Amino acid sequence: MEYFDIFVSILGSAIRLSIPLLFTALAGLFSERAGIFDIGLEGKMLVSAFAAACVAYLTANPWLGLLAGIGVSIVFSLVHGFASITNRGNQIVSGVALNFVAAGLTVVLAQAWFGQGGRTPQVPGEGRFAPIILPGADAMRDVPVIGPLYANVISGNNILTYIAFLMVPLSWWVLYRTRFGLRLRAAGENPGAVDTAGISVTWLRYRALIVTGFLAGFAGTYLAIAQSAAFINNMSAGKGYIALAALIFAKWKPVPVMFACLLFGFLDAFANFMQGKSLPWIGEVPVQIFQALPYILTCVLLAGFIGVARPPKAGGVPYTKER
Amino acid sequence: MMRKGEPLSLDTASLPAIELVGIDKRFGAVHANKNINLTVAKGSIHGIIGENGAGKSTLMSILYGFYQADQGEIRISGTPVAIRDSQAAITAGIGMVHQHFMLVENFTVLENVMLGAEGGQLLAKGVTGVRRELKRLEQDYGLEVDPDAVIEELPVGNQQRVEILKALYRGAEILILDEPTGVLTPAEADHLFRILQVLRDQGKTIILITHKLREIMAITDTVSVMRRGEMVATRKTAETTVEELAELMVGRRVLLRVEKSEANPGAVLLSVRNLTVKDSRGVTMVDDVSFDVRAGEIVGIAGVAGNGQSELLEAIAGIRKPTSGEIFIEGKPVQGADPSRLRALGLAHIPEDRHHMGLVLKFEEYENSILGYHRDQRYGRGGMLDLEAVRKEAEEKIAKYDIRPPNPRLRTANFSGGNQQKIVVAREIERDPKMLIIGQPTRGVDIGAIEFIHRRIIDTRDAGKAVLLVSVELDEIRSLSDRILVMFAGRVVGEKTAEADEQALGLMMAGIAA
Repeated sequence: MEYFDIFVSILGSAIRLSIPLLFTALAGLFSERAGIFDIGLEGKMLVSAFAAACVAYLTANPWLGLLAGIGVSIVFSLVHGFASITNRGNQIVSGVALNFVAAGLTVVLAQAWFGQGGRTPQVPGEGRFAPIILPGADAMRDVPVIGPLYANVISGNNILTYIAFLMVPLSWWVLYRTRFGLRLRAAGENPGAVDTAGISVTWLRYRALIVTGFLAGFAGTYLAIAQSAAFINNMSAGKGYIALAALIFAKWKPVPVMFACLLFGFLDAFANFMQGKSLPWIGEVPVQIFQALPYILTCVLLAGFIGVARPPKAGGVPYTKER
Repeated sequence: MMRKGEPLSLDTASLPAIELVGIDKRFGAVHANKNINLTVAKGSIHGIIGENGAGKSTLMSILYGFYQADQGEIRISGTPVAIRDSQAAITAGIGMVHQHFMLVENFTVLENVMLGAEGGQLLAKGVTGVRRELKRLEQDYGLEVDPDAVIEELPVGNQQRVEILKALYRGAEILILDEPTGVLTPAEADHLFRILQVLRDQGKTIILITHKLREIMAITDTVSVMRRGEMVATRKTAETTVEELAELMVGRRVLLRVEKSEANPGAVLLSVRNLTVKDSRGVTMVDDVSFDVRAGEIVGIAGVAGNGQSELLEAIAGIRKPTSGEIFIEGKPVQGADPSRLRALGLAHIPEDRHHMGLVLKFEEYENSILGYHRDQRYGRGGMLDLEAVRKEAEEKIAKYDIRPPNPRLRTANFSGGNQQKIVVAREIERDPKMLIIGQPTRGVDIGAIEFIHRRIIDTRDAGKAVLLVSVELDEIRSLSDRILVMFAGRVVGEKTAEADEQALGLMMAGIAA
């Protein structure tokens, strides 16, 4: 049973590590399906982590922290929209610029306000999202197979984790079952069709970006006050880009997005587990190799191992009425 | 329910469907529409004809709410209306079938029809209503199409039908069609015209924008001619002629038929044997094609767009690698050679798409005039361009081809389509090649320039060159070619002489007869 215990513990950690990816990838799903490439997911994650940590520290209320994280993330999203929708700027440049702004601004503000070397003070326990023990978790712990899975993987996560998984079917439902979703997907494929149907492409894309900001806000908040207890310099550490890779890997579909994020989370957890352990025949492998795994996987997957990924046709192109 | 256009009640039946009064529109320095007046009778098919850039599309975009007129009034059934956006146009009972379909290709027919008129926040609520309405439209107008088919899997003719259905579903009483036959086979175009006649007989008003005189004569009741932003004439179709309309469009007499003498074919210069070309997805675009082109003849390749002509042309020009088969220039195998080597062997190429392949639009005219030949000794040595020599030659070509404005320092993007095309034609023909391959020589080119370019192509043939011509304009193929090959689904399905009748060619283009 020892191997099984290890597996369960890696799985539990995989879930926890995949949550910020899941929120972020779903966030990217909405903007990209509407035709706006968003390389700025990383930055949104960072600013919302910072905002959530600050507010949670000051108020000791995680929900206010979440609200702040979401709010700031939406503002960043709207700036991206202003640059790339209203002023028809290049979406990649705007996204990259926002990432730099986020990386710099968070550290500068943290230093100015708290003077702790670019991080926020420790958020007190009541200001964080604590793990929730589901009913019967302890009682089930000794049931073989199901018990440990229930107690360590399904139970014992914080509320944001459960929200993340709820967001998957919800995103699917919004995209495929509502008027907003139909129009949003159409805007990403042929905005001309949307415009000639008498619907404002601009307003539609802004709304998509607001949803993106909303979801990315959860991701940052999770990093700062659920997974850890403070904002740390560059704590998103490229997760925004990994989420983007997961989104492409999943071919811009909500349910595959979830599996892609779980896969990346699992690799991450595996890398952590392998730290300092030696492999049979090979001996101790530098941990950096394992840490590089998700990124190597990203390259391999994006290099075409997933078949042709057909991005939304109008993605990355500012909409102008033809002349 | 805004289904049935409310603005049109019965007592207004005698009023014109549309009146445009004094419509004026400028884009910066361009005066696109100058004080346009137009009256379209209810229940009629009204053609609007004019050259590219005459302002037809601008006028219709104003009517459909894409642009606002600077001045003027739009009246629908006698009532002045303000059309601020497409939604307002739809509400006023105007529907538009765009030249480039406004369809979401990976959506179903049903989803495309619903888009913008979903009937509620949730899709499930509206679906049954849309299905019922589609069924009714199918019965009333013979517009058959499977509501659950995905657009990209439908033939182009059916995609267009979806565009018409979209407009009718939204209660359109007035239907504007912008160059609707450009992408259709002759048979599909006939089918479309039958649909339009049914729509008219049921009381719909139809505006048909086209540059094809033949279509105007075939289907419209009334025709209005636009030239340089002005509405120059309106005629009853039955009382006018093709010649008169052409003259009104261009402002001078035009030769519609190219004069040419008998061909005098010589040795085979270009041969293609069992050529097969696959595209990046692995789909076979050109399938086992073989033919010869001799000195002093024009071989035309007819076919509906997308049947492999473009890929064939690109393979011969060295832009696309053939999957198998051989290409010979004067007996020497050249498949796989790059374009610059082919140029050195005497093959000149006027590409189908001048914007993407023929020109760099941001370059000045003289820079484009040597594109592809820039390594030539004449234009400089040792990696340096002799700009003086280049400009001097550019000026000579400008004079010879009447390129306007005659300024080699002007940015190419600022020339009109016809003049841009002349820049490409001049560059390729004036190098005195042995073989000339041409794709869509007059796409988006006005009648005056068409006449000129056609003349040049004939002259090239008469100078003993081998000419291969690809065009989706059947009239162009027929008037220029000495022999016609028809392509369908990547194969050459038959060969005809220039005298072959149009119907026979049309059937071959549709893959029905060989």
